[in-house]
Amino acid sequence: MKLREIAHSRTGDKGNISNISVIAYDIDDYETIKKSITAEKVKMYFADIVKGEVIRYELPNLGALNFVMHSALGGGVTRTLSHDMHGKGLSAALMNMDI
Amino acid sequence: MKKIRIGCGAGYGGDRIEPAVELAQKGDIDYLIFECLAERTIAIGQKQKKQNPQSGFNEFLAARMKAVLPICAEKKIKIVTNMGSANPKAAAELTRDIAKELGLSHLKIAIVEGDDVYDIVVNNDLKLDEMGTTISLSGKNIISANAYLGAEALAKALENGADIVIAGRAADPSLFLSTMMFEFGWQNDDWDKLGKGTAIGHLLECAGQITGGYFADPKYRDVPNLAKLGFPIAEVTQEGDAVITKVLDAGGYVTVDTCKQQLLYEIHKPDSYITPDVVADFSGITFKQIGKDCVEVSGASGKPRTSTLKVSVGYSDGFIGEGEMSYAGPGAVERAKLALDIVKERLNICHILPQEIRFDLIGINSLHGERLSKDSAPYEVRARVAARFASKNEATFIGNEVETLYTNGPAGGGGAFKSVKEVVAMDSTLLDRNLVKTNISYLEV
Repeated sequence: MKLREIAHSRTGDKGNISNISVIAYDIDDYETIKKSITAEKVKMYFADIVKGEVIRYELPNLGALNFVMHSALGGGVTRTLSHDMHGKGLSAALMNMDI
Repeated sequence: MKKIRIGCGAGYGGDRIEPAVELAQKGDIDYLIFECLAERTIAIGQKQKKQNPQSGFNEFLAARMKAVLPICAEKKIKIVTNMGSANPKAAAELTRDIAKELGLSHLKIAIVEGDDVYDIVVNNDLKLDEMGTTISLSGKNIISANAYLGAEALAKALENGADIVIAGRAADPSLFLSTMMFEFGWQNDDWDKLGKGTAIGHLLECAGQITGGYFADPKYRDVPNLAKLGFPIAEVTQEGDAVITKVLDAGGYVTVDTCKQQLLYEIHKPDSYITPDVVADFSGITFKQIGKDCVEVSGASGKPRTSTLKVSVGYSDGFIGEGEMSYAGPGAVERAKLALDIVKERLNICHILPQEIRFDLIGINSLHGERLSKDSAPYEVRARVAARFASKNEATFIGNEVETLYTNGPAGGGGAFKSVKEVVAMDSTLLDRNLVKTNISYLEV
């Protein structure tokens, strides 16, 4: 199953740091998501893009995780050579992850 | 219990204007907030101001004010905004002139200044976070340094009877929090209340992003009427609880899921969201759907604010040159790859050495690289080269080389595009908050 089937997500940017929320549609799926998607797995998944540390924060009462990915945006919105300067599309990539 | 209704009329500088007008007309709101600054916007504003002392504020200020001032004046809706960007004074003067032209009177416009800390930052040769060196060691040409101001000065302006408050780099949630501090008399060390108000401000600050904008994913999340997306309203109680809603017949929707996405947008550690006003704690927040397009938010709290203010520092960092060319039909991808290889080789032949360069196949791998985009096979593809250089001349080379693929490269390339832009890079530093002095002045119509 793709993560997309049970969760939704939005990416935000601050400087060279990207954060991706992962929010269960049904809060009962939160534990499954929490077990499946670790910071290590996300770091490996984005190995080509994210050069720094990935930290995971848990929000059980929202059924959500927040991944904070350092050195992920090619130097940040004004410096990066990527045409998605904010890395807005990263959440869609994560939703394609198999769980 | 006392309640106020706060509407968000813009989530970024170039946002749509009609939803703000709709909020003013039909939202039964007390405040209309325009959040219009991004990290780099103010640095670009400073550059404009250097060329023309009457510029450097939001380019849509006049259009927004013309559209909403008559309604806001009639309904006594107060406006708070950071549209002043690098030049709140000029923004306020233009607003005054527009109000006069519209025949309005008895309006008090507050100008909140003090965020420009260029001299302090440069004179103290502060260390920049991402570069890890001091300004002088970095060797960079600093364009701007603006501290994030909190809600206090904005609340003070409201207390002094301002109908319109125009600031520069005020923190996004602080724009909203100021109205609550003023209306409810929240003190600047009532950390729980400030944390609650900051959460509400953070939920509202991106306007349409909580009413269904940037949320739709057909078949998974079908949002109604996005072309007429309504902007959000928070009905806030004296205790700092709120209901997020919108104008009833406006497009979009407000659900627990739209609220959750926005709460986590651009935050890092959920229990420590640092603003100039407070260290807000979002970890205990819960959302409850209490009606159609009505979501109750509660459970935020706060901890004492930090002794420092974040400062965004803008500096010149060379130039980015770009070039693009499209290929379609059978063999499109192979021809686009050949095109990129040719440009690569041309750089070697001409001894052009960029600081950084990338070669993209738009439609295949340009967003997430090779690994995540394997097996994608489009009918058409766009070859793209982008590189950063110290000099503008070298940056110009990239687009020109891509363009020459027309008559020198693979078959069937079309739609060449080239550009060169100056890089205004951003870094940040922290400044002792006691060094930052805010100043409020007023204009009257």
